[in-house]
Amino acid sequence: MKKFKILLLTALFLFSINLKLNAAGEQAEPIKIDWSFKGLTGKFDRSSLQRGFQVYKEVCASCHSMQYLSYRNLGEPGGPEFSEAEVKAIAASFEVSDGPDAQGEMFTRPGRPSDKFVSPYPNVKAAAAANGGAYPPDMSVLVKARKGGANYIYSVLVGYEDPPAGVTLDDGVYYNKYMIGNKIKMPNNLSDGLVEYADGTSATVDQMAKDVTTFLAWAAEPELEERHKTGIKVMIYLILLSILVYLSMKKIWSRIDSEM
Amino acid sequence: MSENYTPDSKVGKWFNDRLPLLSLASHLKDYPTPKNLNYWWTFGGILTFCLITQIVTGIVLAMHYVAHADLAFGSVEHIMRDVNYGWLIRYIHSNGASMFFLAVYIHIFRSLFYGSYKSPREVIWIIGILIYLLMMAAAFMGYVLPWGQMSFWGATVITNLFSAIPLVGESITTWLWGAYSVDNPTLNRFFSLHYLIPFLILGLVVLHIWALHVPGNNNPVGIDIKKPSKDTVPFHPYITIKDIFALLMFTILFAGFVFFAPNVLGHSDNYIPANPMVTPAHIVPEWYLLPFYAILRSVPDKLGGVILMFSAIFILFILPWLDTSKVRSAVYRPIYKQFFWILVIDIFLLGYVGAMPAEGLYLVLARVGTIYYFLHFLVVLPLVGYFEKTDPIPISISEPVMTGSANLGLAKKTDEKI
Repeated sequence: MKKFKILLLTALFLFSINLKLNAAGEQAEPIKIDWSFKGLTGKFDRSSLQRGFQVYKEVCASCHSMQYLSYRNLGEPGGPEFSEAEVKAIAASFEVSDGPDAQGEMFTRPGRPSDKFVSPYPNVKAAAAANGGAYPPDMSVLVKARKGGANYIYSVLVGYEDPPAGVTLDDGVYYNKYMIGNKIKMPNNLSDGLVEYADGTSATVDQMAKDVTTFLAWAAEPELEERHKTGIKVMIYLILLSILVYLSMKKIWSRIDSEM
Repeated sequence: MSENYTPDSKVGKWFNDRLPLLSLASHLKDYPTPKNLNYWWTFGGILTFCLITQIVTGIVLAMHYVAHADLAFGSVEHIMRDVNYGWLIRYIHSNGASMFFLAVYIHIFRSLFYGSYKSPREVIWIIGILIYLLMMAAAFMGYVLPWGQMSFWGATVITNLFSAIPLVGESITTWLWGAYSVDNPTLNRFFSLHYLIPFLILGLVVLHIWALHVPGNNNPVGIDIKKPSKDTVPFHPYITIKDIFALLMFTILFAGFVFFAPNVLGHSDNYIPANPMVTPAHIVPEWYLLPFYAILRSVPDKLGGVILMFSAIFILFILPWLDTSKVRSAVYRPIYKQFFWILVIDIFLLGYVGAMPAEGLYLVLARVGTIYYFLHFLVVLPLVGYFEKTDPIPISISEPVMTGSANLGLAKKTDEKI
């Protein structure tokens, strides 16, 4: 049995890439969006992040956890930048289990900004059981965990279609051309007007998909804006220093080169 | 070393008589270096920088990282989100591994082109290959630490290679794991070894440089030079300033990855927490191991593949004796020069097919590439060295006089042979 397992693993190891290639045959290329956070100076669109958080909170959060984020992150620079009062209100709207108290009992209390995002299920098994055996992945780093990143997430959100003739789907399985194998267990949860945006933006499926993807991109890389800003400073510094060192080098070597 | 050196101050002299550190510093400063070294010779300094960067960032990461199967992934996210500049330190460390390998490959190919591995520098070369081997081990174990899907399955695949050893293979694999599969004990020991290996590398680097300072640097012309002479310059300031300039160019590339594309060299699956129940569709090593991966997969037999893969590395240890030519620099070796570039193309080809499915044309290419790799070292090098008519070699660096009968030992020997 052990030998067989090892053989199987080796076979998987050796031929793993074909599977990918074969599957990729049916998978559509993700739609390319000109995200504001792309490029060397890319920044997140603040209002899109806030709207995206609303979509996450009202739609995604009922199944998907984001366990590596804290409510305080929502008020930090480079993110949705909710005000301190808003962050406190958002955190307080969640029930957090805490304890044990002096009596040794666990209890619940309103959330604080320092709390991690509350997960919808107590554990992965419970999440899988409630969702037909496929657990909704944690979304903290989802954008970094998928080939194609933000474009892929957006494409899947808008990629639901009726299955083409000849494709039959089991119950609880949906057709999505951007998924590997074109099958997805997550239903199409977005419909026009599903949420009511506070800033008056029209909540089309496309708009909500873009907003929530922007929010997820920030959640995966909350350091992105600081990284870009620091990067540009570092580059300018390195280039200036290089010029100085280059000139010094020429001067020092001129002593030798003149002899040659 | 600079035997003639005496410190100016009394205290300096007192100390130096007891521990000649000042003599060492003086030696390093005055060390006569060929003045015609090109930028391919700056990668030694760049590699030292890479090693120190990895050690410093690694020590800081280890202060925040938790080596436990249930906590490792989360602790990496903690570093990325909550530790001050944790994202910067981690991205420098993870991209630093790739930059380290980029530099070491350039360094090795430079040695191959200019014949730096030949007499009297064989020991420098052998220590260098040992360093390269340890680098691969350190990089592999480091990639396991974030405990993502690629970490887990990469570790599973690579440790399973040892099960190909007849009779004791399975026991060895279990022993390596510390369990009956890759699990928490495996992660713990990999973390321990990942912390240890860089210091072993550091020790070997000291030996590598020590061994270098005995015969002195090779140079693009590949001839022996008198030291010191008008063919040499003192290491400081001439080589230091040039090394710093090259290092800055390298750092600009490095910073480009760290700040603007920190994840392009990694695999997206490694941001999925390790799951022993789900095998990723696509298990590939990091880019710098792909040529060896292609060699491994080119053999239909597991044990054969493993043997061939390790041979591909170990053959490098005997390279100084496989190359029969006494002329070092490929500049004066018209035939070898062509084979050098064919080898470079071959290794790029192997790297490419290593990332592709092992089937159809890719498999054929992998096999051709593998056969050629071994042919280059076992057949081409010995024969070319024997039959090649090399070009005339200058007498010295300062006087680029081409001569058929150079009076310097090396050129003369070659001449007689032809």
